[in-house]
Amino acid sequence: METLIYLGITLLKIVAVIIPLLAAVAYFTLAERKIIGFMQIRIGPHRVNFDIIPGLRHLRGFGQPIADSIKLMFKEIIIPTNANRFLFVFAPVLSLAPALAAWAVIPFAEGWVVADINAGLLYILAMTSVGVYGIIIAGWASNSKYAFLGAMRSAAQIVSYEIAMGFALVGVLMAAGSLNLSDIVLAQQGSVLHWYWLPLFPLFAIYYISSVAETNRAPFDVAEGESEIVAGFHVEYSGMLFAVFFLAEYANIILVSALAVLMFCGGWLSPFEGTFLQPLFAWVPNIFWFLAKVSVFMFSFLWLRATFPRYRYDQIMRLGWKVFIPITIVWIVVVGIAVLAKLPPWFV
Amino acid sequence: MIKILFYFFALILIFAATRVVTVRNPVHAALFLILAFFSSAAVWLLLHAEFLAIALILVYVGAVMVLFLFVIMMLDVNLVRLREGFTRYLPVGILVSALILLQMVLVLRYWNTTEVIATTMVEIPNTTLLGMALYTTYLYPFEIAAAILLVAMIAAITLTMRARRSNKYQKPEQQVNVRRADRVRLVKMLPESRD
Amino acid sequence: MNLGFESTDIITLLPEIFLLTMACFILVVDVYLPEKLRHLTYQLAQGTLVGTLLLVISIYPSSLTLAMDNMFINDAMGALLKLVILAIVFVVFLYSRSYLQVRNILKGEYFVLGLFATLGMLIMVSAHNLLIIYLGLELMSLSLYAMVAMHRDSAQAAEAAMKYFILGALASGMLLYGMSILYGVTGNLDLAAIATNISDADSNKHTALVFGLVFIVIGLAFKLGAVPFHMWIPDVYQGAPTAITLFISSAPKIAAFAILMRLLVDGLSSLYVDWQGMLILLSILSMATGNIIAIAQTNIKRMFAYSTISHVGFLMLGVLSANQAGYAASLFYIITYSLMGLGGFGMILLLSRVGFEAENLDDFKGLNERSPWYAFIMLILMLSMAGVPPLLGFWAKWSVLNQVIQAGFIWLAVLAVLFAVIGAFYYLRIIKLMYFDKSEDRTPIEANMDMKITLSINGLIILFLGLMPDMLMAKCLKVLQVLI
Repeated sequence: METLIYLGITLLKIVAVIIPLLAAVAYFTLAERKIIGFMQIRIGPHRVNFDIIPGLRHLRGFGQPIADSIKLMFKEIIIPTNANRFLFVFAPVLSLAPALAAWAVIPFAEGWVVADINAGLLYILAMTSVGVYGIIIAGWASNSKYAFLGAMRSAAQIVSYEIAMGFALVGVLMAAGSLNLSDIVLAQQGSVLHWYWLPLFPLFAIYYISSVAETNRAPFDVAEGESEIVAGFHVEYSGMLFAVFFLAEYANIILVSALAVLMFCGGWLSPFEGTFLQPLFAWVPNIFWFLAKVSVFMFSFLWLRATFPRYRYDQIMRLGWKVFIPITIVWIVVVGIAVLAKLPPWFV
Repeated sequence: MIKILFYFFALILIFAATRVVTVRNPVHAALFLILAFFSSAAVWLLLHAEFLAIALILVYVGAVMVLFLFVIMMLDVNLVRLREGFTRYLPVGILVSALILLQMVLVLRYWNTTEVIATTMVEIPNTTLLGMALYTTYLYPFEIAAAILLVAMIAAITLTMRARRSNKYQKPEQQVNVRRADRVRLVKMLPESRD
Repeated sequence: MNLGFESTDIITLLPEIFLLTMACFILVVDVYLPEKLRHLTYQLAQGTLVGTLLLVISIYPSSLTLAMDNMFINDAMGALLKLVILAIVFVVFLYSRSYLQVRNILKGEYFVLGLFATLGMLIMVSAHNLLIIYLGLELMSLSLYAMVAMHRDSAQAAEAAMKYFILGALASGMLLYGMSILYGVTGNLDLAAIATNISDADSNKHTALVFGLVFIVIGLAFKLGAVPFHMWIPDVYQGAPTAITLFISSAPKIAAFAILMRLLVDGLSSLYVDWQGMLILLSILSMATGNIIAIAQTNIKRMFAYSTISHVGFLMLGVLSANQAGYAASLFYIITYSLMGLGGFGMILLLSRVGFEAENLDDFKGLNERSPWYAFIMLILMLSMAGVPPLLGFWAKWSVLNQVIQAGFIWLAVLAVLFAVIGAFYYLRIIKLMYFDKSEDRTPIEANMDMKITLSINGLIILFLGLMPDMLMAKCLKVLQVLI
């Protein structure tokens, strides 16, 4: 009986994380189109409105994600000739599953976490590294040259940047002395200056750029490179299968943004902590700060996409291997010394 | 409950491992190997060896097998030729496996199993414990292993990096450092006459 | 907090730490060196070896010391073997420099990998734990595989490297499997603990222990190159560039001998009845195969390979007597062998030049006319390998045979002498070629002065030590007394 209750509660927790996450993904796509549209002096989607609900009448295009998902759901799924049917269908699932599973250890506020495990950071690294299989298998199972090339590019890129990203996180775990994400956030208590973005600034910068590369987003989106290989690994996908890839990509963006917030920007901690403003904002729930910070990072992903031209493939590899990895290694040594010397105010 | 879970994962593990050697398509074989890694990681988790379990996924599934799949997918492996000799070597294989099994049985008789179970109930997370062991008692072998990995890296680079002069390749570090003055030269000259 | 090691441990490990640090340093320096300063890498590597040698001497143990949680042992035998290994690697680097330069494979990696291999050997020599033995062995082997493959334009070298790698990996697997069985039965990785565990073990553990022992002996036989696990030796010796053959034929054998001693004598001495029989078989097969097949060879590198196999057979004679004097005789033999092998391959390097490998027997024709002095050095080397008195090789053979007889295996000694006589034929054939045949090659011998001097000293040492063998023999006996 106890086991059943435990299972039931866990299931509820999972639903409580997944449903808002999927809603966030849906509206993130709208935000992307609207924001990039604004930056490029366009309007963006504005036809699908909620005219029946009076308050939403002026939010033009607000129904777009719903219309999109309905369209994708009813589209025909075409499986190419000689494609490996099982793997072709399985690949999108394989890319979405780790992107969702990683959320199990993300703390939204103190104690607000599905599974508060000790090796949380390792678990995150393991899950993000598994995500690459969806892409490789999709590219291979499609039996198409463009798809295969896209998959190869993407896999090599993800594996390369994972090293730099992993090293950046090693710096964080050294600083916090823990692999548990809640402990990492609590170790940053104090003020904005206590957050790890300051002492670990090079690692923060590298983590941020690597996370853009990890998610195959512009300016590192050679895996899709529409001018060269049409759409990369998912060129053969249509309908709901394509939608699942789309979901996975955006879920991953939100995930890496959340991680950046937890590791370097104090998670759910208030930015006014330790200042005279602190009592003024005491009524704000912690999760608000967390979501606000995550939104800033998500916005920056869109901003990057609207701003930068695409990197060339060899430049991406050079940046990952010859610039980021050496810098992270050097900074890990620096952090090690700082931790040993108990450098205030971060490492006391 | 734990027992049921163990048998569930163990069965998947055995099934996947068998498929690795019997399946016809090498890509499928690699994918079954990944499944086998996952199931063994799950079994380790049941033993509270969380660090090892996650490291297995991180290193083997996340990195090693990706590169493996890379190579297998790039090579056009002839499936028929790969199957040749399977039955021919089967008796030898069975014999060797039987011998190994016999030896393991011989050896395992001397293991004191109660001792092993007792140590898994420790309060300290095993990531910490492993770290302590590696950097104190096993520091010396740990450092030697590091030297071995360094040698492997040197060897791999020496054997594959071949800077042939006839090769034409881009040097991004020079490309990104290019200034306008390197490429464009403004020349002052008199206009030439038409003839 | 228990750190697991004392600060004095650092001092005990100083030679290894110094070697590792310098190897990494040279690796980095070499990357940024312009081509014309490449000789600096060589000088740094040689300096490192000399420095390590001095450090080994400065911490020469008066008694047995254990360090790093009993994983590292510093005893007199270990120190002596380390000194010999370091000196040999120094000479190897010296001999091979111009050979590699001429063939365009003088790269920093050769020296860096060589230093890492040397580090692996030192670790093997002072290993006191199964884990350390295996790790040291892998460190050495991996460096050697890469060194063999380094000459990438040569298909022969690539083939040799492939064979070496696959068979070497198989041998490591065997050794590791044997070790795991040993660990399974005794529940220990520490050699001393294993020894105590076995000596008061009940008899029903014996079967499992012998299983483990078989795999360990097979693994060791692979690494030493004893028949029937010798298949890789001729191909690798012939295929690898001569300078690298020189490397793999000398110092690694000493390291392999060291782990043979550590495993069988330090760890499994109570099982000596079991391993004695195995070693007798390996020894007879090696002496027979090595000496008989060597006669049919026309390639001198291949001939030396078979000669190595037969020497390994003789080496085992000492160990299988299973007493201190026997071990000392084997120690004496392995040092002698490495000196002679060094000289032999050194001669091939000396005669080689651009586009020409002096690796056929005919290339030695009429050497006496071209250079009487080097013909004389070669004469000493060949006679010593054949075991002609009063050269060092004779005393080495004499002392192992003496021990075999004392241990009661008179028939084995008779067989060994018989094979030694057969073996003398192919060594004498080279002497005949050098002194009684006409040379087709009139090119004068060109080499650096340092190489000429060292090679001469190498030959003369064999003569000199042969005249007074007691010096080395007494040393070998003395270091083993500390060991037991």
